[in-house]
Amino acid sequence: MSDHQQPQGWDDVHALVGAYAVDALDDGERERFEAHLRQCADCRDEVASLQEAAALLGTDDVAPPTELRDQVLAGITTIRPLPPLSHDASGGAPVELAARRRRLRPFSSSRLPLLVAASVVLLAAVGGLLLRPWAGTDEGPLTATEQVLAAADATRYEQEFPDGSRATVVVSRSEGRAVILTEDMALAPEGKVYELWLQSPEGTMVPAGLMPDEPDTELLLEGDASEAKAVGITVEPDGGSAIPTTTPIAVFTLDT
Amino acid sequence: MDPVHDDAAGAPHPGAPAGRHDTAPDLGALLKRSARGDSTAFAELYDATASRVHGLVLRVVRDPAQAEEVTQEVFLEVWRQASRYDAARGSALAWMMTIGHRKAVDRVRSAEAATRRDLSYEQGNQTVPHDETAEAAQASLEARRVRAALSQLTDVQREAIELAYFGGYTHTEVAALLDLPVGTAKTRIRDGLIRLRDSIGVGR
Repeated sequence: MSDHQQPQGWDDVHALVGAYAVDALDDGERERFEAHLRQCADCRDEVASLQEAAALLGTDDVAPPTELRDQVLAGITTIRPLPPLSHDASGGAPVELAARRRRLRPFSSSRLPLLVAASVVLLAAVGGLLLRPWAGTDEGPLTATEQVLAAADATRYEQEFPDGSRATVVVSRSEGRAVILTEDMALAPEGKVYELWLQSPEGTMVPAGLMPDEPDTELLLEGDASEAKAVGITVEPDGGSAIPTTTPIAVFTLDT
Repeated sequence: MDPVHDDAAGAPHPGAPAGRHDTAPDLGALLKRSARGDSTAFAELYDATASRVHGLVLRVVRDPAQAEEVTQEVFLEVWRQASRYDAARGSALAWMMTIGHRKAVDRVRSAEAATRRDLSYEQGNQTVPHDETAEAAQASLEARRVRAALSQLTDVQREAIELAYFGGYTHTEVAALLDLPVGTAKTRIRDGLIRLRDSIGVGR
């Protein structure tokens, strides 16, 4: 994957590898870098090797209290271990089998959100067994994308393109974020990129990120979607634009 | 509990930090059994790794009570995610330490605890007893190796890595703390980690 023809701001994406490996990215950077990681085998390899090195830094052994062992062993009885990931033959990022199934039959069901919601319930149940309940600020293991997809108010807007490919925008007003899912979407022409936009309540189109150069994607839009009126996709020169320079190829008008 | 000697004997799981005594349990095998719901294997895994993980969490989080909560979360997460460990990508211990570090950093960031922001707070809380076992002696051997590897780094690389890894600071904060131009701390961190990795021979 030619990751380094990424738009501006990504020219130094490799330099973030080290900071990511030691959790020194802020939340926004972490999300964007993880989106990049899913497409860049080189970065995944480097992250793994640097995490291996970083893990050696922790050489202080401090035994936790013995009660902690009992609490952990009691806690696991209520948690179902996750199923294994599958690796696709192309050597891409491992994907959850459930996600793979969903991609093959996209948009046909809301099963994943239900599953995710179920796991949230389970985590909440586990939380009750802990020393203290999970801190309110602890997001648990859900990614921001999963949180949007699992949100109770997640709303889906689907569009089909003339060539049969499809794009779906999922918006959660409560999470204030939007996610776009594409299936078999034609790649942007050479030297071009699909840029995403959130239309503000005032009508301004605000850049919301660039789509990866892949037909099947799942991408968290940058920016606040809590009051956005619409999500648009335009074709822009590589690197993206600050304002749309072409007529959108798709506009998803959002319910208010 | 006695560490099991799970026997892909001789096949050093790519995980054990080099130099770790070879009677150590095969953490990768224990993880694999844990993924199948084997709580006995998980208990052995806990016994083999809890001190190391908690030591890291405590160093980052600093507050002993909060550190215990985080360590507990870490092990529940390890249990949940055990099937996701991929031996081809690194050692089991590093995988667990990565989960532990992420949770510890998330905790200090979300807590914004005044104590953590106070850089004068003494590292290594004295109220927490250190593990006085053979493992501690082993650890000091490893610690010497790591110190030797760290000495290969430039001062700035080492400081940047320590502030990020043990301080839980973002690269932007590290840049400010070290009076580096914005955007350069991430490069120092990466260069330093690469040098650390290469000099310590991870994964060999």
